[in-house]
Amino acid sequence: MIPELGNIALILALCMAVIQSVLPITGTFTNNQALIRLARPAASLQLTFMVISFACLLYAFITHDFSVRYVAENSNTRLPFIYLVSGVWGAHEGSLLLWALVLSIWTMMVNLFSRGIPEDMVARVLAVMGLISIGFILFILLTSNPFARQFPVPIDGFDLNPLLQDPGLAIHPPMLYMGYVGFSVAFAFAIAAMLQGKLDAAWARWARPWTMASWIFLTLGIALGSWWAYYELGWGGWWFWDPVENASFMPWLVGTGLLHSLAVTDKRNTFKAWTVLLSVLAFSLSLLGTFLVRSGVLTSVHAFASDPARGVFILIFLVIVVGGSLSLFAWRASIFKNNVRFNLLSRETFMLLNAVLFVVMAGFILLGTLYPLLLDALNMGKVSVGPPYFNTIFIPLGIPIVLILGIGITARWKQDNGSRLIKALRMPMILSVVLGTVTAVVLVRGVFTAELASFKFIGAELALILAWWIVINSGKLITDRLKNRDNKMSGLQLIPRAVYGMTVAHIGVAVFVVGIILTSLFSIEKDVRLSNNSSVELAGYEFVFEGVRNVLGPNYQAAEGRVLVRKDDKDLVLLHPQKRYYPVKQNTMTEAAIDASLWRDLFVALGEPLGGSPDKSKLEPLDKSNTGAWSVRVYYKPFIRWIWLGALIMSIGGFISATDKRYRVRKLAKQLNMQDNEVATGA
Amino acid sequence: MAGIEFAEFDDPEQAELYKIMVDELRCLVCQNQNLADSNAPLAKDLRNEIQKMIKQGNSRDEIVDFMVARYGDFVLYRPPFKAYTLILWLGPFIGLVLAIYILINIIRSRSTQQSDEISELDKQRVSDLFGTNTRTDKK
Amino acid sequence: MRKAFYIPLGLFVILVIILSIGLTRDPRTIPSPLINKPAPEFTLPLLYRQAETFSPQQMRGKVWLLNVFASWCSGCRAEHHFLMQMARIPGVNLYGLNYKDVPLDGKKWLEQFGNPYKSVAKDINGRVGIDWGVYGVPETFVIDKQGIIRYKQIGPIDQKAINETLLPLIKKLQLQ
Repeated sequence: MIPELGNIALILALCMAVIQSVLPITGTFTNNQALIRLARPAASLQLTFMVISFACLLYAFITHDFSVRYVAENSNTRLPFIYLVSGVWGAHEGSLLLWALVLSIWTMMVNLFSRGIPEDMVARVLAVMGLISIGFILFILLTSNPFARQFPVPIDGFDLNPLLQDPGLAIHPPMLYMGYVGFSVAFAFAIAAMLQGKLDAAWARWARPWTMASWIFLTLGIALGSWWAYYELGWGGWWFWDPVENASFMPWLVGTGLLHSLAVTDKRNTFKAWTVLLSVLAFSLSLLGTFLVRSGVLTSVHAFASDPARGVFILIFLVIVVGGSLSLFAWRASIFKNNVRFNLLSRETFMLLNAVLFVVMAGFILLGTLYPLLLDALNMGKVSVGPPYFNTIFIPLGIPIVLILGIGITARWKQDNGSRLIKALRMPMILSVVLGTVTAVVLVRGVFTAELASFKFIGAELALILAWWIVINSGKLITDRLKNRDNKMSGLQLIPRAVYGMTVAHIGVAVFVVGIILTSLFSIEKDVRLSNNSSVELAGYEFVFEGVRNVLGPNYQAAEGRVLVRKDDKDLVLLHPQKRYYPVKQNTMTEAAIDASLWRDLFVALGEPLGGSPDKSKLEPLDKSNTGAWSVRVYYKPFIRWIWLGALIMSIGGFISATDKRYRVRKLAKQLNMQDNEVATGA
Repeated sequence: MAGIEFAEFDDPEQAELYKIMVDELRCLVCQNQNLADSNAPLAKDLRNEIQKMIKQGNSRDEIVDFMVARYGDFVLYRPPFKAYTLILWLGPFIGLVLAIYILINIIRSRSTQQSDEISELDKQRVSDLFGTNTRTDKK
Repeated sequence: MRKAFYIPLGLFVILVIILSIGLTRDPRTIPSPLINKPAPEFTLPLLYRQAETFSPQQMRGKVWLLNVFASWCSGCRAEHHFLMQMARIPGVNLYGLNYKDVPLDGKKWLEQFGNPYKSVAKDINGRVGIDWGVYGVPETFVIDKQGIIRYKQIGPIDQKAINETLLPLIKKLQLQ
């Protein structure tokens, strides 16, 4: 009953999406207020039905309704409750339902927080989002329905992929989807403006908070995915340039460029064409990512069960949405006429340069990801493009971005002057080289005990100089604003939140850069054979192996090791790495044990029992194992937490910016009303 | 996670070469993992083969040629620099240079045009003050 | 300047064409670099007659097929009856390579399902498989009279492969 209800709710949501889109759009062309006003209520109803639909699927999981094929494929009676919930989006059909739900949530939020925007503009925005909803719901209903039943009903289900049985992974998809799908709002605003045939000054101001909110979610979602991969997959990696990872990184890069471009369009009323294009591009990349993950054109660890038929549907959808938007863009080229001038040497130029660099970076990742496909399509054989390629290109493209960050925030709007700029940058340049070198020496000699005359030192020095470059220029921005004030405290309060937000976010970038470079250069790993009470030394730490015992989990059995970590003859921490066996899907999983800290992670993972049974896929009860020796992998990963910390700080900066009072449109409208009244009554 | 076997080398340079090789070669069975991380039996066999070859003194190029002769370029995660990968390796840099060049040209051509006495921006400001739009203080 | 606004659309069209073609391809199959190259030499003991060996050298002057199989391979089970079919056709010389298998298991498997091969070599540690670029089972190679590999079938053989590819190729090579 409930699954059928869910299916019906989905169909009703589709109907609401149609009403939300087709009718209001027609209304905007024929100036029919009644049709225009249908958008908001239709959006509310769409959300209601989507929530009902999703709730029905959730109910089916919680009540172990294995007559629903999707539930049986992704859960069983022994699955812990939290994974019954996260299992809802654990595979293709359910994750699509989540996509559609998140889209209806964003639609509702636009509905609720758009009172200061003209009604016909809101109607257009909601209509465009409605069209996208139609596409996704139709896709679910026609090709990927999670409510499909099966007979006979199995007694128990399969297991949720053990890799997904983790709290970090439970939250990663919802966060990502809030980000990806959120870019549809900026997209809808861009389309709405083009449909309107007028790109007025307020457009950028309206679009900014929505873009910022999605960007924050996407940043957190990607960081969560990276962090999860690190502690769950067991080999200490945190980014693999896997096609699906790239599919999330590309919209992020373009989204970041878009944020900067929107800021300029808002403040300086220029770059309109570019900002509109980026808005379209960011969401297009989200859709492209959806295509790549679900169509089977690329192999990926993340790929859902792929199916070319589904791929065709998404491709057609892509052609309509993206092709339509880009055609609209070309057709409406005239509305982007721009009379605003700025000098070649100006903050505008640097902001534009920044956006261009981000797009180029997204472009090269797209090139690398699709290159195997391109060559295969041209019958030129099969190649692989993996981390060695991406890492090699990423660094030289990334360095200019960081450099321009410092220059851009220092340059003046509209017209700056070469010698003034150089003079302003001189102190930061010197300071960052000095501080960068000093901190590099301290770290490389003191902490990592590596040689100064080495490639690694140069790499560390470069990273630290770049990081200090960002920090010093950002700090200077703030101190310059306080220069002529006597009261520094009130000066600090007068600085807009958006400036603080920007500074915090940029510092997040510096932290991120330090994290990725230092951990890449100075991580150490060792594979050793350990038996009871033997130990291995790594980076000044001693890892003492105290043996392995059997433990039982809710849906797994595990061999749990005890590893004591010591430093300078003092006990530091006891680690319990596990090797788990999940009987239902017959998977073996390695759960690494990590001692985390701000400055370094110590990472221990169990390999195989040595001298044990020939069939290594089965876990022997350990009293049978004769030598008690295991192969063990030990890692020292310095500064690795800085990577995700940097991303978190970036998000916080974004959040601070988003709460700047310039976005309190309603409050302002109220104030304005009061002012009008005062003027009228002569008060 | 791969079974952690011991590729033990006396020579640290050999150990380094092994690590690079198993990181940069792709597993053909578990195609989303490199040889280092893959559990597939073929990956294990190939790791052993590479270990043997390194101990026999083979160089990086010789090992790469060995693998490519049997499995094709697909097995390399670092795409070779050949005619058909020129766009791949050079594309990003050409794209970068081109993008910056076009950008600078567009900005230059715009800023050398005569600007109106009163800019569009100022006109907007005036209408804002007396119209219904509001703008907060801008920086 | 107006024309420039069409560039994004143009690039998108190219992208869609690439993706469409991509939908018709299988990213997982890896073409063999050994096509039109000499078959790698080996000498392996036979599965049934221990003292004797098999090597491609022995097959010079004949067109033959090498089928890589194992008792633990489900795809081999699926293609088996097509192999039996092929083996009955005169002029088809089908040889087997028992790949990374326990010989006893290999023999049992053939006894249970039937032996289509003229002879079976055993590659217990898979080293010969590596030389032939084997990465999955089953795989089938077609070798010509000069000992050059002319075709590799990746995955199980089906009726379509027999009728449209293998038999015509064998006929063509026999006329050389």
